Amino acid sequence: MKVGLFIPCYVDQFYPGAAIATLQLLEKLGVDVTYPPNQTCCGQPMANSGFEHLTGGCNDLFIKNFAGFDYVVAPSGSCVLHIKEHLHGDADPQETINHKVYELTEFLTDVLKVKSLPAKFPHKVGMHQSCHGQRGLHLSQMTELAAPEYSKPGSLLNMVEGIELIPLNRKDECCGFGGTFCVAEEAVSVKMGKDRVADHLEHGAEYITGVDMSCLMHMEGILNRQGSKVKVLHIAEILNAG
Amino acid sequence: MESGLKDHAELAAIFNKDENRVDWHDETLWWVRQKRDKMAHGLPGWEALREAASQIKDNVLSNLNEYLQQFEVNAQANGIIVHWAADAKEHNEIVLELLLKNGIRKMVKSKSMLTEECHLNEYLEQQGIDVIDSDLGERIVQLAKEPPSHIVLPCIHKKKEEIGDLFHIHLGTPAGNADPQLLTEAARQHLREVFLTRKAALTGVNFAVAETGEFVVCTNEGNADMGAHLADIHIASMGIEKIIPQRKHLGVFLRLLARSATGQPITTYSSHFVKPRDGQQMHIIIVDNGRSIQLGREDFRNSLKCIRCGACMNTCPVYRRSGGHSYHTAIAGPIGAILAPNLDMEKYADLPFASTLCGSCSNVCPVKIDIHQQLYKWRQVIVQKGYTTTAKKASMKLMAFTLSSPAAYHTGGKVGRWVLKHAPFAVNNKFNPWFKQRDMPEPPEQSFGEWYNENRKK
Repeated sequence: MKVGLFIPCYVDQFYPGAAIATLQLLEKLGVDVTYPPNQTCCGQPMANSGFEHLTGGCNDLFIKNFAGFDYVVAPSGSCVLHIKEHLHGDADPQETINHKVYELTEFLTDVLKVKSLPAKFPHKVGMHQSCHGQRGLHLSQMTELAAPEYSKPGSLLNMVEGIELIPLNRKDECCGFGGTFCVAEEAVSVKMGKDRVADHLEHGAEYITGVDMSCLMHMEGILNRQGSKVKVLHIAEILNAG
Repeated sequence: MESGLKDHAELAAIFNKDENRVDWHDETLWWVRQKRDKMAHGLPGWEALREAASQIKDNVLSNLNEYLQQFEVNAQANGIIVHWAADAKEHNEIVLELLLKNGIRKMVKSKSMLTEECHLNEYLEQQGIDVIDSDLGERIVQLAKEPPSHIVLPCIHKKKEEIGDLFHIHLGTPAGNADPQLLTEAARQHLREVFLTRKAALTGVNFAVAETGEFVVCTNEGNADMGAHLADIHIASMGIEKIIPQRKHLGVFLRLLARSATGQPITTYSSHFVKPRDGQQMHIIIVDNGRSIQLGREDFRNSLKCIRCGACMNTCPVYRRSGGHSYHTAIAGPIGAILAPNLDMEKYADLPFASTLCGSCSNVCPVKIDIHQQLYKWRQVIVQKGYTTTAKKASMKLMAFTLSSPAAYHTGGKVGRWVLKHAPFAVNNKFNPWFKQRDMPEPPEQSFGEWYNENRKK
């Protein structure tokens, strides 16, 4: 099983720690994983802004980089959802890539069927449900639906020794990042982020984690501006800790 | 957006100047969302009920012409006079004509979002007709000379103290008194006089049953019934999509509607209007106003399944923090944002972007409209039609170029991180909307790509 590692552009540039943890975690679990060096972006920033017609170059590049792998794994629910739903290219008319791309916790749960992890993280952690991973990829059950509870990232975090997952008043409300929404609708975006952060702080979180670094980057920006000591960490960094 | 008008982001920024008010608005609507959850999760087969409703509405939209004609025949047989209006203008003219023909200059009106969409009140006022809205929330916003900010809770943006002030001015309640009991009683007395003296009553239509020619109006206040039962002429306005095939289908929709809207098991009054009483005239105006165009847009067709419950507004984290008026259209929130561009793409070009695409709206929708997917699709249509700014177009082209080329991307990333580290003032300034209330991420020494090259090169 050959796995191609897709690292979203902003993670590559600003959060290499999350990417390194993803790589090391997969290696630790015995996965034959490779990072194709010429990758850039999934194209979502353009597409969500209404410019899907400009994503052809990104799409072709993505297909070229990842066509040869059995699976593509990325530490991001949002980028994976975009690839699944909106990535099309002449080089992959059957859209095989759309079907073999997995978000990290989805891959660990559904493909590797991980039952235990050698991780240790003795801290109080708030889990942020990033919307695209949750409502798009169904990584966790959604509070709107009348259906049984489950959570792929939550189950993995519960395998970590010493971790204490805190409850939240609103367990799956959006943080307000929303791609270009975060600058185009600055006032509402920030207010949503402040409210989300406040929920975690109220319940004593030392760390806020999630499957999408973009949501965490937004909340980190607010935490840092508030002078808070609370940190954000990608879920891979916790699952790979200790 | 047309020049001169404020867009959603600007209006939302104004709303957000008073953070306490935003918190209050958000908490109030979140409470309604939680009531809805409690009802939805407590009813066995909730998801199956949503699916049934969705499929009934799919059937309706596929056979709309037949159901409408069937309804017309059956309604006429019941003694209801049926009118057809192609657009808002025709609808308003029909209402005016009916009033003038009967020598009526005063009308009472219960909740009808269609008449908001048609701007009926303004039109009739210009023609010298006095209209009083009898839904309490609608009456409050009417006194305040504002449009409703929510389709089910029209004055949800107003605090009780503000309502007390309004009632003091218009209904003579004691100054500074915001006791809900007292204010409601004052409204009750005021509206009682209206109900008794109006000769014409206009109501909305929640459901029109094709097989029986009857229509159903749902209210919690009984105000539609009070108006219609006392008036000589009852006019009901409905959009063409309000049709359901059979009466038994109400067993699906009435169970979904109130639970989704307010978390009640059923609306207090679900009144079936079948035929006029002796000496009464009953008219129904069936209105298109852009709906048949939307029906022809394959990607957006199923927005016409909407039963106007408002659940998508209550759950929308953006709506709760921007207020209904920021959508500058009769129907606010996520559903409004997918309906409005059909009516005027330029004027409402901003609305599909007033969303993080979180998807909560689609999950609460009782008829399973894929609202957030349609928001994404409207964005594409709006940009393709040219309703975007030159600056945005240029920045998107630059982004697409950079991200299509590994070399440009690697260089761009390096430069960006260098600037952030060594010249942060170039980014951390008032021209960067991110920086206004958020810190920029700490730039790392190396990108992951650079680290991988050093540590894993094979």
